[in-house]
Amino acid sequence: MIAARARFARLSRHYLYFTGCFGAFLLALAILEKQGMPRVWIGYLFMFATIVLYAAIGVFSRTSNVSEYYVAGRRVPALFNGMATAADWISAASFISLAGGLYLRGFDGLAYIMGWTGGYCLVALLIAPYLRKFAQYTIPDFLAARYAGGAGGRGTPVRLMAVGATIIVSFTYVVAQIYAVGLIASRFTGVDFSVGIFLGLASILVCSFLGGMRAITWTQVAQYIIILVAFLIPTMWLSAKHADNPLPHVAYGAVLPKLAAREAQLASDPKELAVRAIFTQRADAYAQRIKALPASWEAGRLDILRELDAVRRRAGSLIDIRATERRLAAYPKTADEAARLWADLQAANLARALPPEPHATPFPGPDREQSDSRRNNFLALVFCLMLGTAALPHILMRSYTTPSVRETRVSVFWTLFFILLVYLSIPALAVMVKYDIYTQLVGSEFSHLPNWVSYWASVDKQNPLIAIADINRDGIVQLAEIAIDGDVLVLATPEIGGLPYVISGLVAAGGLAAALSTADGLLLAISNALSHDVYYKVVDPAASTQKRVTISKLLLLAVAFSAAYVASQKPADILSLVGAAFSLAGSTLFPALVLGVFWKRANHIGALAGMVSGFAVCTYYMLHTHPILGGSAAGQWFHIAPISAGVFGVPAGMAVLVAVSLLTRAPDALSNSFIDHIRAPE
Amino acid sequence: MTMPTDPIPLPLPASSAPVLDDAGAAAQRQLAVLGARSRHWQRTRRLSFVLLALWLAATFCSVFFARELAALSLFGWPLSFYLAAQGTALVYLAIVGAYAAGVHHFDRRYARELGPGAAHEGKTARGETP
Repeated sequence: MIAARARFARLSRHYLYFTGCFGAFLLALAILEKQGMPRVWIGYLFMFATIVLYAAIGVFSRTSNVSEYYVAGRRVPALFNGMATAADWISAASFISLAGGLYLRGFDGLAYIMGWTGGYCLVALLIAPYLRKFAQYTIPDFLAARYAGGAGGRGTPVRLMAVGATIIVSFTYVVAQIYAVGLIASRFTGVDFSVGIFLGLASILVCSFLGGMRAITWTQVAQYIIILVAFLIPTMWLSAKHADNPLPHVAYGAVLPKLAAREAQLASDPKELAVRAIFTQRADAYAQRIKALPASWEAGRLDILRELDAVRRRAGSLIDIRATERRLAAYPKTADEAARLWADLQAANLARALPPEPHATPFPGPDREQSDSRRNNFLALVFCLMLGTAALPHILMRSYTTPSVRETRVSVFWTLFFILLVYLSIPALAVMVKYDIYTQLVGSEFSHLPNWVSYWASVDKQNPLIAIADINRDGIVQLAEIAIDGDVLVLATPEIGGLPYVISGLVAAGGLAAALSTADGLLLAISNALSHDVYYKVVDPAASTQKRVTISKLLLLAVAFSAAYVASQKPADILSLVGAAFSLAGSTLFPALVLGVFWKRANHIGALAGMVSGFAVCTYYMLHTHPILGGSAAGQWFHIAPISAGVFGVPAGMAVLVAVSLLTRAPDALSNSFIDHIRAPE
Repeated sequence: MTMPTDPIPLPLPASSAPVLDDAGAAAQRQLAVLGARSRHWQRTRRLSFVLLALWLAATFCSVFFARELAALSLFGWPLSFYLAAQGTALVYLAIVGAYAAGVHHFDRRYARELGPGAAHEGKTARGETP
């Protein structure tokens, strides 16, 4: 008791020192910037200082004790566990893409805010305290003990199924995090994308390799502090600028009506209408060409060939020849390819021909039916994200690390509290950046574009983060002429708000911290599933503790390198499937976890059947409806998007688990007393 | 480290309470523990269901009726936007907080029910109250 208090006080002191030092570091850089230190050096300093910091915490917390390595010795106080879980949770997607998503999608984007916070109600009420009472190491551990069946009653089939789900879900997720690390590092320091990946990897490895859960926990607390500071400083600045109130959560209520008025104005502005008409024409032109296939494909190819001939004959400049050759190379190779490409371009142009949707209006649609469909999709997505949150192994794993069940319950409260500190200001940021762009950028002259536009337009030539073209050639920026990628929003916020470059570096460091902290937790979840559940529990139950930790560290290395390799290939398909990981986790693990605690009759065979069918239904639905997996929107049930496949997977998993359990033999007395044990107070 | 590391810890039957003078007292003690445990579980379960119902209602209503609620406004926010962006999230935080406080209260009641000289389960629960 007294020792725990002293420990808490010591930790608080350490992290207060840390925060102070971080503030001093920021101040020093700001002064150096004033003295004329080049931007790229600030970027380097931020990257290396934070990466070295994480590595240093890893070195100080190194351990090879099993309990320390897997569950941080179960000594993490609730408040700090909450902070660490929050950092674990706030991924690159939350930090970088969520505000941009809200900017682009308006009310629809709020589904992520609701889903990613509401899931913690399920974690707190249905799962976390019982996991802590069980007091072992991994999620498959819990399922295998509850559904002890199979050879020797050790629950091996359920364990392996849970390991499989853990790996599939966490691996997709970790690839996205490492990809984000590469992007941030390469954009801010100018190093190559793959060099960026391996730099990030190095810091992840030093930390988790040396100290496992213990090192990760203390690094994540530090990372949370950086994330929070990096997110709040620019948001508060913008808030003070547009609403004269530095508290963004309170202030943006005043900006919303102004934004709505501006939106209404832009929707009927004659110049905007002119630009949209041009996009409609372009879309129509593509429609005509698609209709005239394959003749139009042939004609288009001949046109380019003839042009190339003409340029060569009149001995045009080398640049002209190259440009024409490139056009020929980019031209579709077959009529089929042309049909696909032109259909995409037609859709893209049509999308840009639409007037902007009002930001705060829920489910706008041309008719009631389409509006209803958007509402249903919103609800489905919210529930999928919630159920998925309550089944993500790297989050649930953290409930093992507190000293008692009571502290676990309190720790979930702190987790949600710390997540909300960031999440509640994300919609505020989106609204204020939108207002800024709609009022300051729109209507400005092309000859005086702000610096950040040209900087971010040139960062990634292939998929520009922001592109502004003078479509109607009037020299003035119209809203319809701006094409913006959501990811640029948070990264460019400091520059949009006119803050010094130091803050841009801070935001990059925050994004890096978000990606690294999540990647740490995920890698540990995967390598623990492999080393503890597969190697120790199935392959070699007689392994010594020393050997178990060593194997775990080796597996961590292997998993980290394969994830980094996959990420360095820039797999577009994996990245677009990250959202689907929530549906998959929810469908496979959630029914077995919850019914395992609340329904004594659930048995081994039922759990297996439930997990398999939840997984199968979810995968089937995604395969049939996700364009990247070869499905099409025509296969949708009730017009539900593939990302929400969990709304079918979870009920299917539940129903099958219940039905099969009832049809087979009831679990034995041992299983009953196990449940009594995890339900009993300490 | 007092944590069980290896095989799955067998659930503690209530009889693992300290050895008592005679068999009758032991049986009575066991019954008392079992009764207190089951009352504790019933309270916890009831609280969980009430809070889950609140969770479901907050989530469902603020989304399902969003178009109707958009007409109302709260400090400049359309009500439905406020609920989706902040309101429900704060309700979730309150739910998690209420659960932690509620079950902590049940834990103390459980320890009281077992009375002084309670079994080790009771002691740990009381030892943790600040």
